[in-house]
Amino acid sequence: MPSPETAENTKLTRRLGVDTFLFFMRVVMSTFVILGLLMFIGQQIDPDNFIASRINPDATGLTAAQFEGLVISGLSQGAMYGLIALGYSMVYGVLGFINFAHGEVFMVGAMTGMITSNKLDESGAWESNFALSLLFVLVIAIICSTLTAVIMERVAYRPLRGSPRLIPLITSIGVSFFIQNVSVVLLGPGAKSYPTLPDWLAQKHELFGFITIEGTRLMVLVVAAVSMVALWYLVERTKIGKAMRAVAEDKEIASLMGINVNRTIVTTFAVGGAMAGVAGILWGLLFRSVVHTTGFLPGIKAFSAAVVGGIGNMGGAMAGGITLGSAESVAPLILLEPWGINGVSQLKDAVAFLVLIFVLLVKPTGLFGERLSTEDRA
Amino acid sequence: MSAVFVEPHTPENLPARRLLDQDWRRLLNYGVLLALVLVFVALTNMPVKLDRRMLIEPIFSMGYLSVFWLPAVFGLLVCREPVLAGMPSYAKGRREVLAGAMVGLIGGAGLSVLTVLLDNFDLRDPLVNWSPQLLDLLSFGRGSTFGFAIWLPIGLALGTLGGLTHVLSTTARRVLGWAFVTVVAFAVFETVIIDLSEGFASLGAERVVDEIYFIRGGLTMHGAAILAVCGGLFAAFGRDQAQRAKAQFQALEGTSRTRANAMGLLACGVALVVLPLFLGGITNELLANVGLFVLLALGLNIVVGLAGILDLGYVAFFAIGGYTAGILTTTNRGESWPDWMPDFYWGTALIFVVILAALAGLFIGAPVIRMRGDYLAIVTLGFGEIIRLLFLSDWLGGYTGAAQGVTNIPGVQVFGLATVKGTDPRAVFYLVLFFCAIAIYVSWRLERSRLGRAWMAIREDESVAEAMGINTVNAKLMAFVVGAVLASFSGAILAAKVGSVFPNSFIILVSIVILVVVIVGGMGNIVGVIVGSVVLIGILGGPRQPGLLQEFSEYKLLIYGVLLVWMMLKRPEGLVPNVRRTRELHQEEYLQDAWLRGEIDTDADSHADGGTDAEPGVLPT
Amino acid sequence: MRQRLLTINKLSVTFGGLHALKDLDFHVDEGEIVSVIGPNGAGKTTFFNMISGMVTPTSGDIIFKGESLLGLDPNQVTAAGIARTFQNVRLFANMTILENVMVAQHCRTRQGIWGALLQTRSFKQEEREIREHAELVLSFFGTRLVGYRLDQPAAVLSYANRRRLEIARAMATRPTVILLDEPVAGMNPKESAALTQLIGELRSDWGFTIVMIEHDMSVVRDVSDRVVVLDHGETIAQGSYEEVSTNPDVIEAYLGRPAKESA
Repeated sequence: MPSPETAENTKLTRRLGVDTFLFFMRVVMSTFVILGLLMFIGQQIDPDNFIASRINPDATGLTAAQFEGLVISGLSQGAMYGLIALGYSMVYGVLGFINFAHGEVFMVGAMTGMITSNKLDESGAWESNFALSLLFVLVIAIICSTLTAVIMERVAYRPLRGSPRLIPLITSIGVSFFIQNVSVVLLGPGAKSYPTLPDWLAQKHELFGFITIEGTRLMVLVVAAVSMVALWYLVERTKIGKAMRAVAEDKEIASLMGINVNRTIVTTFAVGGAMAGVAGILWGLLFRSVVHTTGFLPGIKAFSAAVVGGIGNMGGAMAGGITLGSAESVAPLILLEPWGINGVSQLKDAVAFLVLIFVLLVKPTGLFGERLSTEDRA
Repeated sequence: MSAVFVEPHTPENLPARRLLDQDWRRLLNYGVLLALVLVFVALTNMPVKLDRRMLIEPIFSMGYLSVFWLPAVFGLLVCREPVLAGMPSYAKGRREVLAGAMVGLIGGAGLSVLTVLLDNFDLRDPLVNWSPQLLDLLSFGRGSTFGFAIWLPIGLALGTLGGLTHVLSTTARRVLGWAFVTVVAFAVFETVIIDLSEGFASLGAERVVDEIYFIRGGLTMHGAAILAVCGGLFAAFGRDQAQRAKAQFQALEGTSRTRANAMGLLACGVALVVLPLFLGGITNELLANVGLFVLLALGLNIVVGLAGILDLGYVAFFAIGGYTAGILTTTNRGESWPDWMPDFYWGTALIFVVILAALAGLFIGAPVIRMRGDYLAIVTLGFGEIIRLLFLSDWLGGYTGAAQGVTNIPGVQVFGLATVKGTDPRAVFYLVLFFCAIAIYVSWRLERSRLGRAWMAIREDESVAEAMGINTVNAKLMAFVVGAVLASFSGAILAAKVGSVFPNSFIILVSIVILVVVIVGGMGNIVGVIVGSVVLIGILGGPRQPGLLQEFSEYKLLIYGVLLVWMMLKRPEGLVPNVRRTRELHQEEYLQDAWLRGEIDTDADSHADGGTDAEPGVLPT
Repeated sequence: MRQRLLTINKLSVTFGGLHALKDLDFHVDEGEIVSVIGPNGAGKTTFFNMISGMVTPTSGDIIFKGESLLGLDPNQVTAAGIARTFQNVRLFANMTILENVMVAQHCRTRQGIWGALLQTRSFKQEEREIREHAELVLSFFGTRLVGYRLDQPAAVLSYANRRRLEIARAMATRPTVILLDEPVAGMNPKESAALTQLIGELRSDWGFTIVMIEHDMSVVRDVSDRVVVLDHGETIAQGSYEEVSTNPDVIEAYLGRPAKESA
C-alpha cells in the first residue's frame, strides 16, 4: 500500500505577507493622520512655524468662523448621508445584501421634489404659501421614492431571494443604472434647479448667541432629527418594528411565528425609501440643483456611512453619516492641507472613500457594532 | 424559472379550451404592463430618434420597430404557460389568439391615450420628449384623432400576430422567426456588409449589395423579401443539417474532438487575420473597440467569473495601464517631471505597465481581500474612483496633466514596418488581436491549472477551501493581479490608439459596462465573454465608443441597465453559459432534471452489498 | 512508546460569555484512533474547529509535532498535516468528484502561474501526479467514486457517497492526522460497518492517525483505541471503550442511561 508523503518540511509562517502589508498600511495611514493633525495644530498656532514653512509654505491657518462653517456644513451633509444610510442599513439587516440602487431612490426623491416645487413656483403657491407647499412637495417626494423602492423590491429583488450572494448585488447595480438612465431619457441629461427659497430660509441665523447657521442647514438638521426619532419609534415601539427585527434575525423562524415576511420586507424597503425621499428634498433645498447622477456619490457615501456606523445598526447609521460628513468636509483641510497637498477640496470624495477603507481595515464591524444575523455575517 | 422539461413535442392530450375561458386578470395585467411600457418607450423619444434609421426603405424604420415589437412579444408571452413533462396540456387554439389580441388592444389603447394627451396638454417642462414631433410620429402625421383611432387596430393586429405565433407549429414559427431575424440582422449590419462588399469588389459582391440595400440606407423592398425567403428556407432545411453537424461534433471524443476543436480555432484565427484586410476603416475601428473590451472583459472574467470576486473598481487598472504607457511614451513633458524622464518606446513602456499594474493589483487587492464579498465590491468601487480623482487632481496634476490628461502619445512602431495608431484602425486591430490572443491563452490555461481549481473552490465555498489547505488570500490576490495586468494591456493600447489619455475616459461607468459584458456573455466562459463584447460593444457601443447602431447612443446605457437586471432574473448564466456556473445557479433544477433522467446516484452499489439505504425519491440537498 | 503527535493544553473558548470549551486537555499519539463522544452541544465540533484553525481559542495551547498551532490560518493547519471533514458535508458541489480531490492537494503542490502558462515539463508532471494521487485515493472506496463518476459533479452523489468523498478529500491533503466529524452519520448499519473497517485501514494501510467524533457507539467500540467524553465543554472521562462506558459520570451525562443504549 502506498505511504503518502506528508509534507514534513512545510514551513509554517505565522504571518502572511498580506498581513504584514496591512499592518504596515494601518501604521502608515494612522501616522499620516496623526502627523497631519499635529501639523494642523502647529499651523493654527503659528502659520509660519518651521515645519509648515517647509512643507506647506502657503499655510494660513483657519479662522474660528471658517472652522465653524466647515463643521456645520459637514454636519448637515452628514445628516443627509445618515438619512440615506438608514435605508442601506435596514435592507442589509433584513436581506443581507447591499441595495446599490438606494442612491437612486434618493435621486428620485430629489427629482420629484424639483418637478413639484417648480410647478408650484409657476402657480405662485411656492412664494405665497411656502410652508404648505414645502409640505406638499415633501409628501409627493416621499410617495414617489417609497413607490420606487417598493417596486424595485417586487420586480428585481424578490425573485432572487435565496440565490447566491452576489446575484442580488449585481442586479441592484443594474437597477441603479436603469433608474439613472430613465431619468436621462425622460427628463433630459442637464442639471435642473429648484426654485429660489424665501429669504428667511436662505439667510444666516444666529443661534444661542454663538452659532451662525444658514436656515437651510438648520432645517436639514431639524428634519433629520425628527425623522430619526420617528424611525426609532417605528422600529423599537411598534409591532411592525418588532416584525422587522424578527425577520432580520431569521426569516424562516419569523414566518413560523406568524409574521408575514414578504410584507415586512416591503415595509422595510418602503421606510428606507421614505427616508431617502426626505433626504432627497433636503439635498434639493440645500444645493438647489439636481441631475441624474445626483444619487450616485451620496449613495455610495451613505453606504460607507452605514458601514462606518456598523451595518444593521440604525443609530450607528445616523452617527456614521455624521462622522463621514464631517470627516469629508473637515479632513481635507486639517489632515491633507498641512502636507502641502494643493487643491484638497478636489479630494473630498477620495477622503470619504478612504474613511471607509480605513474603518474596514481597522474595525470591520463599524464604530458602533453590527447587528446582523449570523448567516449574513458569513 | 421552474424545473420543467420542455420537450419539443409535448403530447397535447387535452382539447383546446373554449374561446372565452380566459384568465382575464392575467390578460389585464399584461395589457396594462404593455401599455405602460409602450408609453414609456414613446416618451423616451426612441421612435422619433430611431426613425432616421431605415430598416426597409421606405416603409419601416427602426423607430416603428422600437414600438411594434412590444405588442407582438407581449401577445406571445401572455399565451405561454408552463408545460410539465409527462403532464397533460391543453391544445392551442383560437383562445390563445384572442388572448394575444386583447393584450395588444389594451396596449394600443395606451398609445391612443398618449396621442390625445400629447395634443391637448403641454408637459414639456419635466418631460423633455413631450414634443409635436412625437405626436406627429404617433399619429402618422394625420392629427391626433387619427392617431387615437389607429393605435387600437394596430395593437390588436400586433397582439394577434403574437398570439398566432404561439399557436403555429414549431416549424412554421421557426421559419417566420428566422425570416424576421435575417431581415433585421442584415439591416443592422448594413455598414459592415457594405464595407465587406467593397473589399470583395472583384468577386462582384458590390452588385449584390447594391441590389439589397437602398442607396441612403435601409434594405430595399425586394432585398428584404429575398432575405426573408433565404432566412426562412435556411430555417426549414438548412438548420436540421447544421444541428446534425453539431450533434456529430459533440459525439466526437478524445483526439478527434481535440482535432476538430483545433481546426475550428485555426479557422477562426485565420478569418480574423485575413478579414480585416478586406474591411474598411469604420469596421476595423469597430473591431478594434470590440477587441479592447474583449481584453478588459477577459481580465474581469478571471476575477469575477473564475475566482468569484466582484471587483467594481476594475477601471482603475485600465487607467493605470493607459496613464503609465502615456506618461512613459509621450513626447510632451509634464510640469513636474524630472529631467531624466525618458520617452520610451511603447514596447519598453509595456514592461513598466505590467509591473505597475501588478503592483496596483496587489496594493488594491491586499486590503480588500479578506472583506465580505459585497463590502469588497463597494470598496473596490471606491478605489476605482480614488485613482481617477488622483489623476484628475491638481496635486498630481504636474505628473498626470490633471483634467487635460496626457497628450501627444506616439503610436507603436512594429519592427519599422508599420506604426500602429488611431489613424490606422486596421493596425490597431491587429495589435489588439495579438493581446486578445494572449488573454485567451492565459484564461484558458489558468482555468485548467492548480490555481484555476483553487479559484473554483474559493468561489464555491471559501471557508472549506481554506480548510482544505488553499491559501485563499494568495489565490485571490493572484486573480486580482492577472486581471489587473490584462486590463492594463488594454489601457496601454488605448493610449497608443487615441494618442492621449484623460481622467474622464476612466469613469466608474466603464467598470460597470465591462461587468455587463461579462455577465451578458456568460461569467466564467471565454467564448461567452467574447460574444458578450461583440454583441454589446459592437452593436450598441461602449461607454464612449459608438457601435453599429449609432442612433442608439442615447439609449445604450438604459439598455445595459435593463439587460443586466433581466439577465440576472432570467438567465444569470449568460448568453453562452459555462456548464459549471449554470449548475451553480440552477442547482435545484439541475438536480431535479438529473433525477428525472435517472442520473442521480442513489447508492445503487449499496444494493449490491445488500444495503437498504437507497431512497430514490429523496434528493440530496 | 509511540510518539506524541497532538497535545492540547487547557484549551478554552467563550462565545459571548458562554463557555463552549473549558480547560480542555487532550492528546493523540501517532497511529492512534481516538473517538470523541458526548451529548449534543457538548462542544465537540467547536473542538474540531479550534484544532483546524477556524475558531481561535480564548486561552490554552494546541501543540502539533512540537509546534504550536495557535494563530495559524486553517490552510496552514492543513499544510502542517491536519485534515478534516465536516459534520454537515461540505463538498464543492459543482466541481466534479475528481476535481474535489485534486483541489485538496493544493498545499502539497507548487506550480504557479508560469508553469501553467508555459506548460513546463514540471507543470505537466505535477498535474499528472495530482491526478494519479486523486484516483488512488478515490479507489480506496472501491468502485463507488471512480470510473464514470470521476467527471460528475459532486452534487449528484448520494449522502453516503458524499461522506466518502469528503474523507477522500481529506486524505488527498496528505495529512498526518485526519479529523472525522461524524463519518457514519446517515448511513445504514451495513454501510457504517464497512466504513468502520475502512477507518481501520486508514490507519493500518495509509498510516493516518485519526480523531473522530461519532455518535454511533458500535463504530466507536469497534475501532477506537481510546475514547474521550466531553460534556459542557469539559472532559468528563477518558480511557478505553469499556472503561468509559461504565463510568458513572458518562452515564449521567447521557441522561442517566447506559452510554451504549443512548447511541
